[in-house]
Amino acid sequence: MAIMIGVLYAAGIYMILRRSMVKLIIGLTFLGNGANLLIFLLGRITKGKPPIIPSDASLLSDVYADPVPQALILTAIVISFGLQAFAIILVKKAYEVVKTDDMDQMNNTDRDDHEG
Amino acid sequence: MKSIILKTGSDYLLPLLIMFSIFILLRGHYLPGGGFVGGLIASIAFVLHFFANSLENTKNIIRIHPGLLIPVGLVFALFSAIIPLFLDQAVMTAQWMHEPLPVIGMVGTALLFDIGVYLVVLGVTLTIIFTISETM
Amino acid sequence: MKDNLIILPVLFQLFSAVVLLFMWNSTPRQKITSVLLSLVSLAISAYIFANVYQTGIISTQAGSWKAPFGITFVADLFSSTMVLISSVAGLAVSVFSTATIGKNRLRFGYFPVLHFLIMGLNGAFLTGDIFNLYVWFEIIIIASFVLITIGGEKDQLEGAMKYVTMNLLASSIFLTAIAMLYGLTGSLNMADLSLRVAEVQNRGLVNVTAMLFFVGFGIKSAIFPLYFWLPASYHTPPFAVSAIFGGLLTKVGVYAMLRIFTLVFEMDAFLSNLILVIAILTMLTGGLGALIQNNIRRMLAYLIICHIGFMIAGLGMSTTLSFSGALYYLIHDIVVKTNIFLVAGLIFAICGTENLKMAGGLYASHPKLSLLMAIPLFSLAGIPPLSGFWPKLTLIKASFVQEDYVVFTFILLASFVTLFVLARLWAEVFWKKREHISNDDFFCFNDYLPKEKAAMVFPVIFLAAISLFLGLGAEFINNIAWQIASELSDPSKYIDIVLGN
Repeated sequence: MAIMIGVLYAAGIYMILRRSMVKLIIGLTFLGNGANLLIFLLGRITKGKPPIIPSDASLLSDVYADPVPQALILTAIVISFGLQAFAIILVKKAYEVVKTDDMDQMNNTDRDDHEG
Repeated sequence: MKSIILKTGSDYLLPLLIMFSIFILLRGHYLPGGGFVGGLIASIAFVLHFFANSLENTKNIIRIHPGLLIPVGLVFALFSAIIPLFLDQAVMTAQWMHEPLPVIGMVGTALLFDIGVYLVVLGVTLTIIFTISETM
Repeated sequence: MKDNLIILPVLFQLFSAVVLLFMWNSTPRQKITSVLLSLVSLAISAYIFANVYQTGIISTQAGSWKAPFGITFVADLFSSTMVLISSVAGLAVSVFSTATIGKNRLRFGYFPVLHFLIMGLNGAFLTGDIFNLYVWFEIIIIASFVLITIGGEKDQLEGAMKYVTMNLLASSIFLTAIAMLYGLTGSLNMADLSLRVAEVQNRGLVNVTAMLFFVGFGIKSAIFPLYFWLPASYHTPPFAVSAIFGGLLTKVGVYAMLRIFTLVFEMDAFLSNLILVIAILTMLTGGLGALIQNNIRRMLAYLIICHIGFMIAGLGMSTTLSFSGALYYLIHDIVVKTNIFLVAGLIFAICGTENLKMAGGLYASHPKLSLLMAIPLFSLAGIPPLSGFWPKLTLIKASFVQEDYVVFTFILLASFVTLFVLARLWAEVFWKKREHISNDDFFCFNDYLPKEKAAMVFPVIFLAAISLFLGLGAEFINNIAWQIASELSDPSKYIDIVLGN
């Protein structure tokens, strides 16, 4: 699991450093998924012990899975769903307007003689 | 994509999937499911229909603009947040009816919130997909 | 019931956005409603501010879950001041937008998104839970993505690509940092974290986490090595959008930094030195970048970076005095930066260009307006008794007391550079004789309807009046800043109130 997270992060950063916009989005997605798995891992995975109190007890006595990381990941997934949908549409739009997929061509707004 | 099997199948699948999505929405409180998943399933139903038929046909079925679902859903969610305010409790404290309703089960503000999420997800997904496919 | 009050700014903005969404097809109604709703939200946040100022920190637990487990909303003086200021800026921008945002943007829901953005800001200021802070940040960036791309011109999309990429990267880093923090402590409530982080044995990992937070917020607030996206994107959207971005978005990063590094993490010598070095470099690069720009908004964007450096320096020195300087600067900066981008919008409306070389003769043609615009310009430069002067004085005093002469020198230097840049702006735009440029299709300021003119000038007057108040009522503001600073340097009261109820 730890190795997988490492691979996701590394691949994500590699993809971001490429010049293509599509790879950039894929890279950001990888990073997001890596972060989600990291929360999962650091939340101390416990197998088969749901945090549900039996009806005849009032406290959890056994070791139980922490529900908080799951809630966090769920929220993060929903958020990244929205962000990625937006980013993909943005890339598509930008491609239509700028007519290039190459990030190096997109330096118009950095030039000084540029009229905003 | 024109396929007679898909076309006929999707006509029957659409109501089934929507019913399934409502079922998922309602069982969400104690069992896996809920507004987000339900909304996604409902939007898949429409997307499938749109693949099999055409964009116009699907839009005719929905009739209203899917974007309108977003504010409606937000209103539901907002109500679930402010109802406890009138009962002098902290924001978003869950309120439950004492007797379970038939079929639906226990009704509370959490369900209201879930319905809101369901509508917002449905609205957002359909808006995104329709916008993309219109420009293609 | 009174505790619930503090969540109202968030809920009310959500309500406003929903109301505006229902008016999707009628842009004139959207304009009026947006301004009215902003007025009401200003009243709400002023009421909350007055309450917090008199009675102290208020907190409430969403869903009535007890403190370390549920999501807490806390309004201390810091949060409520920020909410108040952002409502002020929101009102000004909303009024300014009614005249300057074109129909093609309004039809795609400009106003609802603006209110979503302010909702996110208010939420980020009021929350007491670190994951919730992340969620509000995401709401802010989604709303800001829409605002920066709405209209879809070529430059806008290019600028937006950079903006979106950097912000998505920043949120991934922020999320990673939260994951580490949760792994270390098993808690997300900031007050609870404050106690638990101190007990963690693995100090190395704590420092790594602190660094991740610093980088995450650093990208958002555009500090030294991470600021390149800002001047590349802030000058592309309409002026009203630039104003709210320049005024508030980077400042949220600074707010989060001030909050996290006073409450959750302890400032040790290493962290403090690092922050100071970065602050100095930020001031320097921002100032030097501003010197060579010819586009007004690009110049102002570099000035934003330069002035972020002041606030980070205040954080880095980490004494109560320097905190109060940084806080005063933060309050002043939000008002003035929002105003100055609106002023840039006015200049554009009058001269028809953003280029310093082409603009000119404003003082000769519009003397009264020029005097009005002079107020934000001079208070940004820090000319006494306007509002920029006092926080700089406090910061300089703080560095002097600490005998930190390097910081002292660079703050002075950066102030001079700012002054020089603004003097250049003034000379080029207001005094220089205007060269004739032939643009027939340009929609001149005098062609605007009187109603629209009023809508453009009023927010500038409004914000200028507030910055005058910030300058002339320095004692009152200084008191507030000092009070916030002492709350920040001794968070025990905050922790007690959050965990106590």
